[in-house]
Amino acid sequence: MDAQQFFTASRVAIVAGKGGVGKTTVSAALARAAALSGLSTLIVEVEGKSGLASMFGKAPLAYDQMVLSEAAEGAAEVTARTLTPDDALLEYLHDHGMSRLSKRLMSTGALDVVATAVPGIKDILVLGKVKQIERAAAAGAAGSPDYVVLDAPAAGHAIRFLQSARGLVDAVKVGPINTQASEVLELLTDPARCQVLLVALPEETPVNELVETAFSLEDKVGVSLGPVVVNGLYPEMGGLEADPEAAAEAVGTTLRPGEADDLAAAAQFRRDRSALQRHQLDRLAEQLPLPQLRLPYLFNADLGPADIDTLAAALLEGIDALPRMVPAGARDGGSA
Amino acid sequence: MTLADLAGTSEIIICCGSGGVGKTTTAAVLAMQAARTGRRAVVVTIDPARRLADALGLDGIGNTPKAIAGDWPGELSAVMLDTKSTFDAIVTTYAGSPEQAERILANRFYRNISGALSGTQEYMAMEKLYELQADDAFDVVVVDTPPTRHALDFIDASRRLTNFLDHRLYRVLTAPTRGVMKAVNKAAQAFIRAVSKVVGSDVFDDAVAFFGAFEGMEQGFRQRAERVLELLSDPRTAFVLVASPRRDTVQEAHFFAAKLGENDIPVRALIVNRMHPRFTDRLPEAHRERAATLAGTELGALYANLADFALVAAREEQHLEGLADQVAPAPVVRVPFLPTDVHDLDGLDAIAAHLF
Repeated sequence: MDAQQFFTASRVAIVAGKGGVGKTTVSAALARAAALSGLSTLIVEVEGKSGLASMFGKAPLAYDQMVLSEAAEGAAEVTARTLTPDDALLEYLHDHGMSRLSKRLMSTGALDVVATAVPGIKDILVLGKVKQIERAAAAGAAGSPDYVVLDAPAAGHAIRFLQSARGLVDAVKVGPINTQASEVLELLTDPARCQVLLVALPEETPVNELVETAFSLEDKVGVSLGPVVVNGLYPEMGGLEADPEAAAEAVGTTLRPGEADDLAAAAQFRRDRSALQRHQLDRLAEQLPLPQLRLPYLFNADLGPADIDTLAAALLEGIDALPRMVPAGARDGGSA
Repeated sequence: MTLADLAGTSEIIICCGSGGVGKTTTAAVLAMQAARTGRRAVVVTIDPARRLADALGLDGIGNTPKAIAGDWPGELSAVMLDTKSTFDAIVTTYAGSPEQAERILANRFYRNISGALSGTQEYMAMEKLYELQADDAFDVVVVDTPPTRHALDFIDASRRLTNFLDHRLYRVLTAPTRGVMKAVNKAAQAFIRAVSKVVGSDVFDDAVAFFGAFEGMEQGFRQRAERVLELLSDPRTAFVLVASPRRDTVQEAHFFAAKLGENDIPVRALIVNRMHPRFTDRLPEAHRERAATLAGTELGALYANLADFALVAAREEQHLEGLADQVAPAPVVRVPFLPTDVHDLDGLDAIAAHLF
């Protein structure tokens, strides 16, 4: 599939997955891939942590938008902003003529009490803000991004996060919160506006959890699932079956004492883990009929700008190999 | 004190750390080790993804302890925390009458918060911990914490609910039932109007009814919260920090250690899971150079692979620098990436071999 087509199929990508699978890394790589395809991209980060800025070689994010990578040589810019629920709530109250109330909420600590009175209100405010950004972009507002990547909170949390809209539409029948939740729900369930990319590691438990999350999201939220991103695959490497001594003899050289064992043990480890990873990829494909985008494990374990570019290139390669438009449903869609 | 000593003597072990670092598995291994030393151990997981069930090869563990058969002299049981039923149980415990309990359990606002109030999961984990440590059937309770950055909220979780019940807004909301409506000043009324405008009046009415129904129960909750806090700072309770050697998860581990420090709670051990094995003592560059010279040959591939692992091992040690100092004198235990995933008792055994 053409990358341009992929990134314009839905303007908002929600990147979700369990803790430790590399959601933020994938968000960064996805944003960079979109930017390399010429689309200006905004990453929205919601947990107020994340080494996102350092992945682009920048200082930590502030609430205000910041540029992570400048537009250059055909690549559009990547920007990011942190959007914590508290910030979103204050902004919401401000926009609705309740600035004074918001100050009191802060100073008395009543914010938590209010948020507690309506479970999911914080989530809906964050998603509402994303929706607002998306609407502005769709209307062609100046300075709007072409593509929005939301680095979602860690799942099971993510399910609750995305479910908040449906829950609130049921719980609060009237008023601005109901309106907000309904509009967010429209965004989440419209494949032309939003899709969820689930991230997994090629290991048994993460694969199980991803499959569970995928079905819950479809059933309970009705979101459209994009390709699954499998992170951390050891790059294929041939020649690892060889016996080190024999391989040395073949090229007329000798090994340091003990080195044959080191070489053999490292080769064995990679072969074993690669086999395990392949097995998990197959299992994932069997259980979840969604196309897969595969990202290599980076041995330098550093995650700087060069690494994000490597991962973005791998994503673009994967997108290019996608057979056709991403199916709208995990169950009835196929990867063939 | 070694990790084996901790498993052999602590009465409560709490595993904390960010998501995906192997907390659940670690908790299970620690509990298993306690059972090996003849103790009666129970492990509590609060992760809704049922990882512990995976790790133990068990289906259907629930909110009450279930024994796991094994060749140990002690006993091992597992509990999967069910937040809602635990909350229901404490409401029933502290209610002045069955009718009061009934009223709360049926309240729509209660039904919402009992599942979704931020920190409820953490709070209920502490309740479960309290219940199990008081149970004579167990010598040690091992707890796995929620996989969020807010996991350490469990330290203030019980305090938070009592603060919540104590909050001025709550007093305002419940004022009509306390007969001190006059005390509600104009500003508070404006506040209530504004909040109702945002959330809708039926939600607001539910909330008022909820707080009204809670009348008289705060004291019980507060006492319980204080006892839980005492328990957490007792020397018989050990906090074990679990991490992986990735740069981002190490940053999170620093955060967790600092947060515990703020509460005067020492980290008693640091367990670093998923370490890449260290196959060679030579520098990655040396192997990389050799691989370049031998490019295109089988030996070249073998060296390139060795260079990859030498590099990642060096980076992982770099990432961990500083963390060990931060938690000193706690022992640091490294667990290598295993050739296979852990999803049964044999897998837990393989990890135990590295821990003890």
